[in-house]
Amino acid sequence: MTIDIFLQQLVNGLTLGAFYGLIALGYTMVYGIIGMINFAHGDIYMVGAFISLIGFLLFSALGVASVPVAILLVLVVAMVFTAVYGWAVERIAYRPLRGSQRLAPLISAIGMSIVLQNFVQLTQGARVKPLPPMVQGGYRFTLGTDAHLNVSLLQALIVFLTVALMAGFTYIIRRTPLGRAQRATEQDATMAALLGVNVNRTISITFIIGASLAAVAGLMATLYYGVIDFFIGFVAGIKAFTAAVLGGIGSLPGAMLGGLVIGMIESFWPVYFDLAYRDVAVFGVLVLVLIFRPSGLLGRPEIEKV
Amino acid sequence: MLKVRGLHSGYGRIEALHGVDVDVEAGEIMTVVGANGAGKTTLLMTVCGHPRAWSGEVLFEGRDITGLPMFEIGRLGIAHVPEGRHIFPRMTVLENLQMGGYAVDPRHFDADLQRVLAYFPQLGNRLSQRGGTLSGGEQQMLAIGRALISRPRMLLLDEPSLGLAPLVVRQLFDIIADINRDERMTVFLIEQNAFQALRLAHRACIMVNGRITTRGTGAELLADPAVQAAYLEGAAPSAEEAP
Ligand SMILES: Nc1ncnc2c1ncn2[C@@H]1O[C@H](COP(=O)(O)OP(=O)(O)O)[C@@H](O)[C@H]1O
Ligand SMILES: [Mg+2]
Repeated sequence: MTIDIFLQQLVNGLTLGAFYGLIALGYTMVYGIIGMINFAHGDIYMVGAFISLIGFLLFSALGVASVPVAILLVLVVAMVFTAVYGWAVERIAYRPLRGSQRLAPLISAIGMSIVLQNFVQLTQGARVKPLPPMVQGGYRFTLGTDAHLNVSLLQALIVFLTVALMAGFTYIIRRTPLGRAQRATEQDATMAALLGVNVNRTISITFIIGASLAAVAGLMATLYYGVIDFFIGFVAGIKAFTAAVLGGIGSLPGAMLGGLVIGMIESFWPVYFDLAYRDVAVFGVLVLVLIFRPSGLLGRPEIEKV
Repeated sequence: MLKVRGLHSGYGRIEALHGVDVDVEAGEIMTVVGANGAGKTTLLMTVCGHPRAWSGEVLFEGRDITGLPMFEIGRLGIAHVPEGRHIFPRMTVLENLQMGGYAVDPRHFDADLQRVLAYFPQLGNRLSQRGGTLSGGEQQMLAIGRALISRPRMLLLDEPSLGLAPLVVRQLFDIIADINRDERMTVFLIEQNAFQALRLAHRACIMVNGRITTRGTGAELLADPAVQAAYLEGAAPSAEEAP
């Protein structure tokens, strides 16, 4: 492989990794705080994509001509509305089951996933929805006589936005009272409550943050692929979940790293091997990690329970 | 300051407290001693709303707090040092202390941190260490420090001596006496280590199978032959300290 192809796939992998990382954060945060896999999270991402699409159409109908302004507005709208969905899913389907056996919320989550898919299918139709390209242009770097590296403006935007969000988000978790309350709830919910932490509210906020990060991924997907449908949450959700497990479920840096690894596998696999086996490769890596490092790349082993 | 009246509570359908009455007066150290499984922890936890009281009432500073959610009780000026310390294991010592101040004005934090470190200077060198890596004694100090950060008016201590070496226990109980004296802190202390607890307490009572059976001053119970036989047998560390 020549250096230009390598760099090109690196850029593409980074972009994909940003998607998966953003969605994976939602899985890992919810797992950390209430110990369940929120299987409806992929569909929250899909809802975010649809709200973004509707937002773009709405703002262009309202005469917002500037693309950066439109993206900024849609970003805010998508994060807010998707957060409401994330909050509602927890409130309706998970909170009443808290304290019951582990299987109950899991089934409830699968139910919620089906509800969201069918809801969007019914209200938006089953057909693929296109969005005309909004962010065009990019940078072309010359690496040699015949070697070039193309970085589209959109790719740069996606990576920049993701890095900024992850940095801000890491700051919140590490340094603010909200982040401390969240980690305290994760480590010992009863003790957190004794200290005055409203545990229910903290869990709600976790779902809200996870859903708004998924909304950003949904917005990016809408712009990047230009087409969405009610089923995109399924595959993206499973891959992001794989990323979270790969990085070590419950670990925030792990989710980001896992997303990056999955993105890179997806982007480099077709260079060497048959494209048709790309998803097999992604899940194959998951199997290997689970066999040789069950707690994931950055997760902590289960034994360290104090 | 704290009045518990006819309190019943338990787990599932099993009742663990069968009508408990306890008063804790402002400024005193009140202790409940009793064997393992008597219901001491259940009493302290029910005061804090977890488990919920089945019947009876809990009044704090004249206010009925029975049935309030745990986090609201935690904001009233009651600080709980639970059995087993419950340090947040993957947060640093400083973060654990910050959690102690979660529900109060953060502007007081630096002053209160200095106040706590004056009682527990050992914690000062370990502020950036993870809570889970501290020794048992240090964790107990951290748990008490975390409770003090919020400037509570009442401190609930559930078996602070659990699993600690006798020397550490004595050191800890001296500090509890200091806190009570210097800050006029009301202390509600639960202990299995009856000898140390009764020596410290102004007033005390004994709990057996979810009921209070005996009440008196700490000195009275320490001298009571029945109490000695049941709770102090072999507990008094040496002859010079036994009555
Ligand atoms: N979480 C629990 N679930 C069920 N039963 C419990 C629980 N905690 C304590 N008990 C029972 O309640 C009774 C009182 O226990 P506890 O309050 O912990 O006693 P103590 O603190 O005096 O040792 C015991 O019979 C104990 O087995
Ligand atoms: Mg106990």
